Amino acid sequence: MNPLSEFIRGITRDNPIFGLVLGLCPTLAVTTSVENAIGMSAGTAFVLVFANLFVSLLRKQIPSTVRLPIFIIIIATFVSIVDMIMEAYSPSMYAALGVFIPLIVVNCIIIGRAEAYANRNGPFYSVIDALGISTGFLLVLMLIGGIRELLGSGQIVTFGHTLITLPVDPSVTNMILPPGAFLTIGILMAIINYQKEKKRARGE
Amino acid sequence: MADTSLFTIFMEGVFIKNFLLIQFLGLCSFVGVTKDVKSAAGMSGAVVFVMTMASTASYLIYTYLLVPLKMEFLSLISFIVVIAALVQLVEFVVRKNMPPLYRSLGIYLPLISTNCAVLGAVLLNVRSDYGFAQSVLFGLAAGIGYTIVMLMMSAIRERSTLVSIPSAIRGLPQAFLIALMLSMAFVNYFWVIPI
Repeated sequence: MNPLSEFIRGITRDNPIFGLVLGLCPTLAVTTSVENAIGMSAGTAFVLVFANLFVSLLRKQIPSTVRLPIFIIIIATFVSIVDMIMEAYSPSMYAALGVFIPLIVVNCIIIGRAEAYANRNGPFYSVIDALGISTGFLLVLMLIGGIRELLGSGQIVTFGHTLITLPVDPSVTNMILPPGAFLTIGILMAIINYQKEKKRARGE
Repeated sequence: MADTSLFTIFMEGVFIKNFLLIQFLGLCSFVGVTKDVKSAAGMSGAVVFVMTMASTASYLIYTYLLVPLKMEFLSLISFIVVIAALVQLVEFVVRKNMPPLYRSLGIYLPLISTNCAVLGAVLLNVRSDYGFAQSVLFGLAAGIGYTIVMLMMSAIRERSTLVSIPSAIRGLPQAFLIALMLSMAFVNYFWVIPI
């Protein structure tokens, strides 16, 4: 077990969205733009790292019968911190993400990692795992957000900088509306399944 | 208190702000429990019940306990505890008094305490500044909207198991593509009705 492979595993095999299929609600709801995707991932990453760290430090003290309520209280504490920090320092992002910042508390990724990883491993590897999973989450959210923003509004604008502009205005406004989220994730998942099957057929 | 009429809140909860297709709350159960109509109906029944109860209880706790004591920063933690306790309570009562219902709802009840739809309804009530009747009605309406979509989705998925499609699309991608159709219908149809 080395730190780098544990980190990479969070992006590839244990990718929260395409590997573990956890935390779908924020993935679909806030990916209307790359900017929102980054904000959401940052909030989730903060909570995930600290929740994993504290669960891992306290894992010998937590009785296993009441571990889930204790995990939830630990997570809820950090979510409240993120909620207050975001409301104070970036009100526009807070308004755009809305109810999904407090809802990080019931995000299955965080409680899933606390239960499956931090509860069994030391603090160092738990933090590495949290960082890997957060990076995987960030990349997927940015990918989905990028596709939807580009096709929906014709350009990607992140924190005031225009990154890409399409030569023609597609104005497929449905991509920014809820159906676009289902379409994007459905197609991405189908592509990934197809790749996996090809690999399996080659006998890898 | 927001002065939205009860009818508007009801229509918003069921259709315009539909939890599954418009707001993306509770998607884990949406793709996980819709493989057959029976389990989708069981899950929906449990969600309607818990959502209405949770909206009622959290309104009372927020208005009469947290606001007078100026402890709104504890609202998130207290809502989670309230929902978890409520789910436990419902489980005890149903198991003791209605064994047949418990056998059909049993496995879904624990799932609800981490379902973002219930916590989402409670948080939206607080954010929209709804009064008592409005909060309870919004919880009930959101539950009904959830039920309608769960039943439609599970009926479509049940019938589409025999359809011949490429194996890469089978499973989750197929579920998302069905959800795409339903979502388009909801967005484009219910947005044009002025309420």
